[in-house]
Amino acid sequence: MSGKPKLHYINGRGRMESIRWLLAAAGVEFEECFLETKDDLTKLQKDGSLLFQQVPMVEIDGMKMVQSRAIGNYIAAKYNLYGKDLKERALIDMYVEAIIDLNELLMMYTFQPADKKQQHFANLVDKATNRYFPVFEKVLKDHEQDFLVGNQFSRADVQLLESLLMAEECKPDILAKFPLLQSFKARISNIPTIKKFLQPGSQRKPPLQEKDLPKIMKIFH
Amino acid sequence: MAGKPKLHYSNARGRMESIRWLLAAAGVEFEEQFIEKKEDLEKLRNDGYLLFQQVPMVEIDGMKMVQTRAIASYIAGKYNLYGKDLKERAWIDMYVEGTKDLMDMIMPLPFQPAETKEKNLALIIERATTRYFPVYEKVLKDHGQDYLVGNKLSWADINLLEAILMVEECKPDILSAFPLLQAFKGRTSNIPTIKKFLQPGSQRKPPMDEKTVAIVKKIYGI
Repeated sequence: MSGKPKLHYINGRGRMESIRWLLAAAGVEFEECFLETKDDLTKLQKDGSLLFQQVPMVEIDGMKMVQSRAIGNYIAAKYNLYGKDLKERALIDMYVEAIIDLNELLMMYTFQPADKKQQHFANLVDKATNRYFPVFEKVLKDHEQDFLVGNQFSRADVQLLESLLMAEECKPDILAKFPLLQSFKARISNIPTIKKFLQPGSQRKPPLQEKDLPKIMKIFH
Repeated sequence: MAGKPKLHYSNARGRMESIRWLLAAAGVEFEEQFIEKKEDLEKLRNDGYLLFQQVPMVEIDGMKMVQTRAIASYIAGKYNLYGKDLKERAWIDMYVEGTKDLMDMIMPLPFQPAETKEKNLALIIERATTRYFPVYEKVLKDHGQDYLVGNKLSWADINLLEAILMVEECKPDILSAFPLLQAFKGRTSNIPTIKKFLQPGSQRKPPMDEKTVAIVKKIYGI
Protein backbone atom coordinates (compact mmCIF):
# COMPACT_ATOMS: atom_id res chain seq x y z
CA MET A 1 0.00 0.00 0.00
CA SER A 2 1.55 3.25 -1.12
CA GLY A 3 1.49 6.19 1.22
CA LYS A 4 0.35 8.47 -1.55
CA PRO A 5 -3.18 9.83 -1.75
CA LYS A 6 -5.17 8.18 -4.52
CA LEU A 7 -7.71 10.23 -6.45
CA HIS A 8 -10.77 8.64 -8.04
CA TYR A 9 -12.43 10.74 -10.74
CA ILE A 10 -12.74 11.17 -14.47
CA ASN A 11 -9.70 12.23 -16.44
CA GLY A 12 -10.81 15.82 -16.36
CA ARG A 13 -10.91 18.89 -14.14
CA GLY A 14 -14.44 18.98 -12.75
CA ARG A 15 -14.72 18.88 -8.98
CA MET A 16 -11.35 17.20 -8.52
CA GLU A 17 -9.11 19.85 -10.05
CA SER A 18 -8.96 22.11 -6.98
CA ILE A 19 -7.85 19.10 -4.97
CA ARG A 20 -5.10 18.34 -7.48
CA TRP A 21 -3.96 21.96 -7.21
CA LEU A 22 -3.86 21.83 -3.41
CA LEU A 23 -1.91 18.60 -3.26
CA ALA A 24 0.51 19.82 -5.91
CA ALA A 25 0.98 23.16 -4.16
CA ALA A 26 1.71 21.32 -0.92
CA GLY A 27 4.31 19.23 -2.75
CA VAL A 28 2.39 16.01 -2.15
CA GLU A 29 2.71 13.29 -4.76
CA PHE A 30 -0.54 11.55 -5.61
CA GLU A 31 -1.89 8.76 -7.78
CA GLU A 32 -4.99 8.85 -9.93
CA CYS A 33 -7.52 6.20 -10.89
CA PHE A 34 -9.65 7.43 -13.79
CA LEU A 35 -13.27 6.53 -14.38
CA GLU A 36 -13.57 5.76 -18.08
CA THR A 37 -16.99 4.08 -18.24
CA LYS A 38 -20.17 3.90 -16.23
CA ASP A 39 -19.09 0.46 -15.07
CA ASP A 40 -16.07 1.99 -13.36
CA LEU A 41 -18.38 4.23 -11.34
CA THR A 42 -20.82 1.41 -10.63
CA LYS A 43 -17.99 -0.77 -9.38
CA LEU A 44 -16.88 1.88 -6.90
CA GLN A 45 -20.47 2.33 -5.77
CA LYS A 46 -21.00 -1.40 -5.29
CA ASP A 47 -17.68 -1.73 -3.44
CA GLY A 48 -19.00 0.62 -0.81
CA SER A 49 -16.11 2.95 -1.57
CA LEU A 50 -18.28 6.01 -2.10
CA LEU A 51 -20.03 7.23 1.02
CA PHE A 52 -22.78 9.03 -0.91
CA GLN A 53 -22.33 7.11 -4.18
CA GLN A 54 -20.47 10.03 -5.72
CA VAL A 55 -17.01 11.07 -6.79
CA PRO A 56 -14.65 12.84 -6.15
CA MET A 57 -13.24 10.31 -3.75
CA VAL A 58 -9.72 10.49 -2.35
CA GLU A 59 -8.04 7.68 -0.45
CA ILE A 60 -5.90 9.46 2.10
CA ASP A 61 -4.58 8.56 5.56
CA GLY A 62 -6.71 5.43 5.78
CA MET A 63 -9.92 7.25 4.85
CA LYS A 64 -11.96 7.15 1.66
CA MET A 65 -12.83 10.82 1.67
CA VAL A 66 -15.68 12.22 -0.38
CA GLN A 67 -17.21 15.69 -0.84
CA SER A 68 -14.75 18.04 -2.49
CA ARG A 69 -14.96 20.67 0.24
CA ALA A 70 -14.31 18.13 3.01
CA ILE A 71 -11.31 16.81 1.08
CA GLY A 72 -10.01 20.31 0.39
CA ASN A 73 -10.41 21.28 4.06
CA TYR A 74 -8.50 18.22 5.23
CA ILE A 75 -5.60 18.68 2.83
CA ALA A 76 -5.34 22.40 3.53
CA ALA A 77 -5.25 21.84 7.29
CA LYS A 78 -2.87 18.92 7.13
CA TYR A 79 -0.33 20.79 5.02
CA ASN A 80 -0.57 24.12 6.86
CA LEU A 81 -2.36 25.97 4.12
CA TYR A 82 -5.25 27.02 6.34
CA GLY A 83 -4.00 30.00 8.30
CA LYS A 84 -2.77 30.15 11.87
CA ASP A 85 -6.03 30.63 13.77
CA LEU A 86 -9.81 30.61 13.54
CA LYS A 87 -10.06 34.12 12.15
CA GLU A 88 -7.51 33.56 9.39
CA ARG A 89 -9.31 30.36 8.61
CA ALA A 90 -12.57 32.31 8.40
CA LEU A 91 -11.07 34.71 5.85
CA ILE A 92 -9.60 31.87 3.84
CA ASP A 93 -12.98 30.09 3.87
CA MET A 94 -14.81 33.22 2.70
CA TYR A 95 -12.39 33.73 -0.16
CA VAL A 96 -12.34 30.06 -1.15
CA GLU A 97 -16.15 29.75 -1.13
CA ALA A 98 -16.46 32.75 -3.42
CA ILE A 99 -13.79 31.35 -5.74
CA ILE A 100 -15.67 28.05 -5.84
CA ASP A 101 -18.80 29.98 -6.88
CA LEU A 102 -16.83 31.66 -9.68
CA ASN A 103 -15.26 28.36 -10.74
CA GLU A 104 -18.75 26.83 -11.05
CA LEU A 105 -19.63 29.55 -13.56
CA LEU A 106 -16.38 29.00 -15.42
CA MET A 107 -16.77 25.24 -15.51
CA MET A 108 -20.43 25.29 -16.53
CA TYR A 109 -19.62 27.30 -19.67
CA THR A 110 -18.70 24.24 -21.73
CA PHE A 111 -21.92 22.48 -20.74
CA GLN A 112 -24.18 25.28 -21.99
CA PRO A 113 -26.34 24.60 -25.03
CA ALA A 114 -25.44 26.80 -28.03
CA ASP A 115 -28.34 29.19 -27.52
CA LYS A 116 -27.40 29.87 -23.88
CA LYS A 117 -23.64 30.18 -24.33
CA GLN A 118 -23.44 33.86 -25.07
CA GLN A 119 -25.60 34.85 -22.12
CA HIS A 120 -23.64 32.58 -19.81
CA PHE A 121 -20.37 34.07 -21.03
CA ALA A 122 -21.62 37.60 -20.43
CA ASN A 123 -22.75 36.70 -16.92
CA LEU A 124 -19.46 34.98 -16.21
CA VAL A 125 -17.39 37.98 -17.29
CA ASP A 126 -19.67 40.36 -15.39
CA LYS A 127 -19.40 38.39 -12.15
CA ALA A 128 -15.65 37.83 -12.48
CA THR A 129 -14.83 41.47 -13.22
CA ASN A 130 -17.46 43.20 -11.07
CA ARG A 131 -18.09 40.90 -8.15
CA TYR A 132 -15.06 38.70 -7.49
CA PHE A 133 -11.83 40.09 -8.90
CA PRO A 134 -12.32 43.58 -7.43
CA VAL A 135 -12.51 42.05 -3.96
CA PHE A 136 -9.20 40.24 -4.28
CA GLU A 137 -7.55 43.21 -5.99
CA LYS A 138 -8.60 45.35 -3.02
CA VAL A 139 -7.41 42.78 -0.46
CA LEU A 140 -3.95 42.81 -2.04
CA LYS A 141 -3.99 46.60 -2.35
CA ASP A 142 -5.03 47.17 1.28
CA HIS A 143 -2.39 45.02 2.96
CA GLU A 144 0.27 45.13 0.22
CA GLN A 145 1.40 41.62 1.09
CA ASP A 146 2.27 38.83 -1.29
CA PHE A 147 -0.44 36.47 -0.09
CA LEU A 148 -4.14 36.93 0.52
CA VAL A 149 -4.26 36.00 4.21
CA GLY A 150 -1.87 36.35 7.10
CA ASN A 151 1.20 37.16 5.01
CA GLN A 152 1.56 33.45 4.41
CA PHE A 153 0.90 31.13 1.50
CA SER A 154 -2.50 29.48 1.94
CA ARG A 155 -5.20 27.57 0.17
CA ALA A 156 -6.83 30.88 -0.76
CA ASP A 157 -3.82 31.81 -2.90
CA VAL A 158 -3.79 28.41 -4.61
CA GLN A 159 -7.50 28.49 -5.43
CA LEU A 160 -7.37 32.08 -6.61
CA LEU A 161 -4.53 31.33 -9.01
CA GLU A 162 -6.43 28.34 -10.36
CA SER A 163 -9.45 30.54 -10.92
CA LEU A 164 -7.51 33.38 -12.56
CA LEU A 165 -5.97 30.98 -15.05
CA MET A 166 -9.34 29.38 -15.84
CA ALA A 167 -10.88 32.81 -16.33
CA GLU A 168 -8.10 33.75 -18.75
CA GLU A 169 -8.86 30.61 -20.72
CA CYS A 170 -12.37 31.99 -21.19
CA LYS A 171 -11.24 35.55 -21.91
CA PRO A 172 -7.49 36.12 -22.22
CA ASP A 173 -7.57 39.81 -21.24
CA ILE A 174 -9.92 39.36 -18.30
CA LEU A 175 -7.29 40.67 -15.86
CA ALA A 176 -6.69 43.86 -17.85
CA LYS A 177 -8.07 46.09 -15.10
CA PHE A 178 -6.45 44.23 -12.22
CA PRO A 179 -2.72 44.99 -12.00
CA LEU A 180 -2.28 43.48 -8.56
CA LEU A 181 -3.98 40.26 -9.61
CA GLN A 182 -1.65 40.13 -12.58
CA SER A 183 1.42 40.37 -10.35
CA PHE A 184 -0.19 37.96 -7.89
CA LYS A 185 -0.65 35.51 -10.74
CA ALA A 186 2.99 35.77 -11.77
CA ARG A 187 4.28 35.55 -8.23
CA ILE A 188 2.23 32.53 -7.17
CA SER A 189 2.90 30.77 -10.46
CA ASN A 190 6.59 30.99 -9.62
CA ILE A 191 6.37 29.14 -6.36
CA PRO A 192 8.40 25.99 -7.11
CA THR A 193 5.67 23.41 -6.43
CA ILE A 194 3.15 25.41 -8.42
CA LYS A 195 5.59 26.15 -11.21
CA LYS A 196 6.12 22.41 -11.54
CA PHE A 197 2.37 21.79 -11.65
CA LEU A 198 1.99 24.36 -14.41
CA GLN A 199 4.48 22.63 -16.66
CA PRO A 200 3.44 20.19 -19.37
CA GLY A 201 3.41 16.61 -18.21
CA SER A 202 2.07 17.41 -14.74
CA GLN A 203 -1.19 16.01 -13.40
CA ARG A 204 -2.98 19.25 -14.09
CA LYS A 205 -5.88 18.60 -16.45
CA PRO A 206 -6.68 20.59 -19.60
CA PRO A 207 -9.98 22.44 -20.08
CA LEU A 208 -12.98 20.37 -20.99
CA GLN A 209 -13.69 20.18 -24.70
CA GLU A 210 -17.14 19.77 -26.15
CA LYS A 211 -16.06 16.50 -27.71
CA ASP A 212 -15.41 15.10 -24.23
CA LEU A 213 -18.96 15.78 -23.09
CA PRO A 214 -20.69 12.64 -24.41
CA LYS A 215 -18.22 10.37 -22.63
CA ILE A 216 -18.72 12.22 -19.34
CA MET A 217 -22.49 12.20 -19.66
CA LYS A 218 -22.37 8.44 -20.19
CA ILE A 219 -20.47 7.90 -16.96
CA PHE A 220 -22.69 10.01 -14.75
CA HIS A 221 -26.13 9.58 -16.28
CA MET B 1 -22.00 47.52 20.12
CA ALA B 2 -23.77 44.36 21.17
CA GLY B 3 -21.66 41.29 21.69
CA LYS B 4 -24.28 39.17 19.99
CA PRO B 5 -23.88 37.95 16.44
CA LYS B 6 -26.19 39.76 14.03
CA LEU B 7 -27.70 37.91 11.11
CA HIS B 8 -28.67 39.66 7.87
CA TYR B 9 -31.11 37.73 5.67
CA SER B 10 -34.73 37.45 4.67
CA ASN B 11 -37.23 36.38 7.29
CA ALA B 12 -37.05 32.84 6.00
CA ARG B 13 -34.99 29.66 6.26
CA GLY B 14 -33.01 29.68 3.04
CA ARG B 15 -29.26 29.60 3.43
CA MET B 16 -29.30 31.15 6.88
CA GLU B 17 -31.27 28.47 8.68
CA SER B 18 -28.35 26.10 9.24
CA ILE B 19 -26.49 28.98 10.87
CA ARG B 20 -29.44 29.73 13.16
CA TRP B 21 -29.47 26.06 14.17
CA LEU B 22 -25.75 26.08 14.96
CA LEU B 23 -25.87 29.22 17.05
CA ALA B 24 -28.95 28.01 18.89
CA ALA B 25 -27.44 24.60 19.57
CA ALA B 26 -24.32 26.31 20.91
CA GLY B 27 -26.52 28.38 23.22
CA VAL B 28 -25.47 31.63 21.56
CA GLU B 29 -28.02 34.43 21.53
CA PHE B 30 -28.20 36.29 18.25
CA GLU B 31 -30.00 39.22 16.66
CA GLU B 32 -31.55 39.32 13.23
CA GLN B 33 -32.03 42.13 10.74
CA PHE B 34 -34.48 41.06 8.07
CA ILE B 35 -34.28 42.07 4.45
CA GLU B 36 -37.89 42.83 3.56
CA LYS B 37 -37.50 44.64 0.24
CA LYS B 38 -34.99 45.17 -2.53
CA GLU B 39 -33.91 48.51 -1.06
CA ASP B 40 -32.74 46.77 2.12
CA LEU B 41 -30.42 44.56 0.09
CA GLU B 42 -29.23 47.50 -2.00
CA LYS B 43 -28.44 49.47 1.14
CA LEU B 44 -26.29 46.65 2.52
CA ARG B 45 -24.48 46.47 -0.81
CA ASN B 46 -23.98 50.23 -1.10
CA ASP B 47 -22.71 50.41 2.48
CA GLY B 48 -20.02 47.92 1.51
CA TYR B 49 -21.25 45.39 4.05
CA LEU B 50 -21.42 42.42 1.70
CA LEU B 51 -18.04 41.23 0.53
CA PHE B 52 -19.45 39.56 -2.58
CA GLN B 53 -22.73 41.50 -2.69
CA GLN B 54 -24.61 38.54 -1.27
CA VAL B 55 -26.34 37.41 1.89
CA PRO B 56 -26.20 35.52 4.25
CA MET B 57 -24.04 37.95 6.17
CA VAL B 58 -23.31 37.57 9.87
CA GLU B 59 -21.66 40.25 11.99
CA ILE B 60 -19.60 38.29 14.48
CA ASP B 61 -16.42 39.01 16.44
CA GLY B 62 -15.69 42.20 14.54
CA MET B 63 -16.08 40.53 11.14
CA LYS B 64 -18.82 40.83 8.57
CA MET B 65 -18.77 37.21 7.53
CA VAL B 66 -20.30 36.00 4.29
CA GLN B 67 -20.54 32.61 2.54
CA THR B 68 -22.69 30.15 4.44
CA ARG B 69 -20.07 27.45 4.87
CA ALA B 70 -17.41 29.92 6.04
CA ILE B 71 -19.79 31.29 8.66
CA ALA B 72 -20.90 27.86 9.85
CA SER B 73 -17.30 26.57 10.02
CA TYR B 74 -16.30 29.54 12.12
CA ILE B 75 -19.16 29.07 14.53
CA ALA B 76 -18.59 25.33 14.77
CA GLY B 77 -14.88 25.89 15.40
CA LYS B 78 -15.45 28.61 17.96
CA TYR B 79 -18.03 26.68 19.98
CA ASN B 80 -16.32 23.30 19.96
CA LEU B 81 -18.72 21.62 17.58
CA TYR B 82 -16.04 20.63 15.10
CA GLY B 83 -14.44 17.54 16.63
CA LYS B 84 -11.16 17.25 18.50
CA ASP B 85 -8.71 16.77 15.63
CA LEU B 86 -8.26 16.84 11.87
CA LYS B 87 -9.72 13.41 11.24
CA GLU B 88 -12.86 14.03 13.28
CA ARG B 89 -13.20 17.29 11.45
CA ALA B 90 -12.90 15.44 8.15
CA TRP B 91 -15.79 13.12 9.06
CA ILE B 92 -17.90 16.02 10.29
CA ASP B 93 -17.25 17.85 7.04
CA MET B 94 -18.21 14.82 4.97
CA TYR B 95 -21.41 14.24 6.90
CA VAL B 96 -22.38 17.92 6.83
CA GLU B 97 -21.79 18.16 3.08
CA GLY B 98 -24.08 15.15 2.62
CA THR B 99 -26.95 16.57 4.66
CA LYS B 100 -26.42 19.94 3.00
CA ASP B 101 -26.76 18.36 -0.45
CA LEU B 102 -30.04 16.83 0.70
CA MET B 103 -31.36 20.08 2.18
CA ASP B 104 -30.29 21.99 -0.94
CA MET B 105 -32.70 19.82 -2.91
CA ILE B 106 -35.55 20.92 -0.64
CA MET B 107 -34.77 24.64 -0.52
CA PRO B 108 -35.85 25.54 -4.07
CA LEU B 109 -39.16 23.59 -3.91
CA PRO B 110 -41.37 26.55 -2.94
CA PHE B 111 -40.11 28.42 -6.02
CA GLN B 112 -40.84 25.66 -8.50
CA PRO B 113 -43.93 25.18 -10.65
CA ALA B 114 -46.24 22.36 -9.55
CA GLU B 115 -45.07 19.74 -12.04
CA THR B 116 -41.36 20.24 -11.38
CA LYS B 117 -42.05 20.33 -7.65
CA GLU B 118 -43.75 16.93 -7.74
CA LYS B 119 -40.89 15.35 -9.68
CA ASN B 120 -38.28 16.85 -7.38
CA LEU B 121 -40.16 15.82 -4.28
CA ALA B 122 -40.05 12.21 -5.48
CA LEU B 123 -36.32 12.54 -6.10
CA ILE B 124 -35.77 14.03 -2.64
CA ILE B 125 -37.56 11.12 -1.04
CA GLU B 126 -35.58 8.63 -3.10
CA ARG B 127 -32.26 10.26 -2.27
CA ALA B 128 -33.11 10.63 1.39
CA THR B 129 -34.08 6.97 1.80
CA THR B 130 -31.49 5.35 -0.49
CA ARG B 131 -28.46 7.64 -0.51
CA TYR B 132 -28.31 9.73 2.64
CA PHE B 133 -30.24 8.31 5.58
CA PRO B 134 -28.79 4.79 5.18
CA VAL B 135 -25.32 6.28 5.64
CA TYR B 136 -26.14 7.95 8.94
CA GLU B 137 -28.14 4.95 10.15
CA LYS B 138 -25.07 2.79 9.49
CA VAL B 139 -22.70 5.22 11.21
CA LEU B 140 -24.83 5.10 14.35
CA LYS B 141 -25.21 1.32 14.11
CA ASP B 142 -21.48 0.68 13.65
CA HIS B 143 -20.27 2.63 16.67
CA GLY B 144 -23.35 2.38 18.84
CA GLN B 145 -22.82 5.90 20.18
CA ASP B 146 -25.24 8.77 20.66
CA TYR B 147 -23.48 11.17 18.30
CA LEU B 148 -22.19 10.82 14.77
CA VAL B 149 -18.54 11.69 15.43
CA GLY B 150 -16.23 11.28 18.37
CA ASN B 151 -18.92 10.46 20.92
CA LYS B 152 -19.68 14.14 21.30
CA LEU B 153 -22.23 16.60 19.95
CA SER B 154 -20.95 18.24 16.78
CA TRP B 155 -22.08 20.24 13.79
CA ALA B 156 -22.78 16.94 12.02
CA ASP B 157 -25.48 16.00 14.54
CA ILE B 158 -27.12 19.42 14.44
CA ASN B 159 -27.14 19.46 10.64
CA LEU B 160 -28.53 15.92 10.47
CA LEU B 161 -31.38 16.75 12.84
CA GLU B 162 -32.19 19.84 10.78
CA ALA B 163 -32.23 17.71 7.62
CA ILE B 164 -34.39 14.98 9.18
CA LEU B 165 -37.02 17.47 10.31
CA MET B 166 -37.00 19.16 6.90
CA VAL B 167 -37.50 15.90 5.05
CA GLU B 168 -40.23 14.87 7.49
CA GLU B 169 -42.07 18.03 6.48
CA CYS B 170 -42.04 16.58 2.94
CA LYS B 171 -43.01 13.07 4.04
CA PRO B 172 -43.87 12.52 7.71
CA ASP B 173 -43.02 8.81 7.82
CA ILE B 174 -39.68 9.14 6.04
CA LEU B 175 -37.79 7.63 8.98
CA SER B 176 -39.93 4.49 9.12
CA ALA B 177 -37.07 2.27 7.92
CA PHE B 178 -34.47 3.95 10.12
CA PRO B 179 -34.91 3.09 13.79
CA LEU B 180 -31.56 4.47 14.89
CA LEU B 181 -32.25 7.79 13.18
CA GLN B 182 -35.59 7.90 14.97
CA ALA B 183 -33.83 7.44 18.27
CA PHE B 184 -31.19 9.97 17.24
CA LYS B 185 -33.90 12.46 16.40
CA GLY B 186 -35.59 11.98 19.78
CA ARG B 187 -32.34 12.20 21.68
CA THR B 188 -30.86 15.19 19.88
CA SER B 189 -34.13 17.11 19.99
CA ASN B 190 -34.01 16.80 23.76
CA ILE B 191 -30.67 18.54 24.18
CA PRO B 192 -31.72 21.63 26.17
CA THR B 193 -30.48 24.28 23.71
CA ILE B 194 -31.99 22.41 20.78
CA LYS B 195 -35.22 21.67 22.64
CA LYS B 196 -35.54 25.40 23.26
CA PHE B 197 -34.94 26.16 19.57
CA LEU B 198 -37.66 23.70 18.58
CA GLN B 199 -40.27 25.43 20.71
CA PRO B 200 -42.70 27.98 19.29
CA GLY B 201 -41.46 31.55 19.63
CA SER B 202 -37.83 30.66 18.93
CA GLN B 203 -35.87 32.14 16.03
CA ARG B 204 -36.33 28.98 14.03
CA LYS B 205 -38.11 29.81 10.79
CA PRO B 206 -41.15 27.98 9.40
CA PRO B 207 -41.28 26.43 5.94
CA MET B 208 -41.83 29.00 3.21
CA ASP B 209 -45.37 30.11 2.57
CA GLU B 210 -46.63 31.77 -0.60
CA LYS B 211 -46.42 35.24 0.89
CA THR B 212 -42.72 34.82 1.76
CA VAL B 213 -41.99 33.32 -1.66
CA ALA B 214 -43.40 36.50 -3.24
CA ILE B 215 -41.32 38.75 -0.96
CA VAL B 216 -38.12 36.85 -1.67
CA LYS B 217 -38.77 36.83 -5.42
CA LYS B 218 -39.13 40.60 -5.35
CA ILE B 219 -35.96 41.18 -3.36
CA TYR B 220 -33.77 39.09 -5.63
CA GLY B 221 -35.61 39.80 -8.86
CA ILE B 222 -36.36 36.15 -9.64
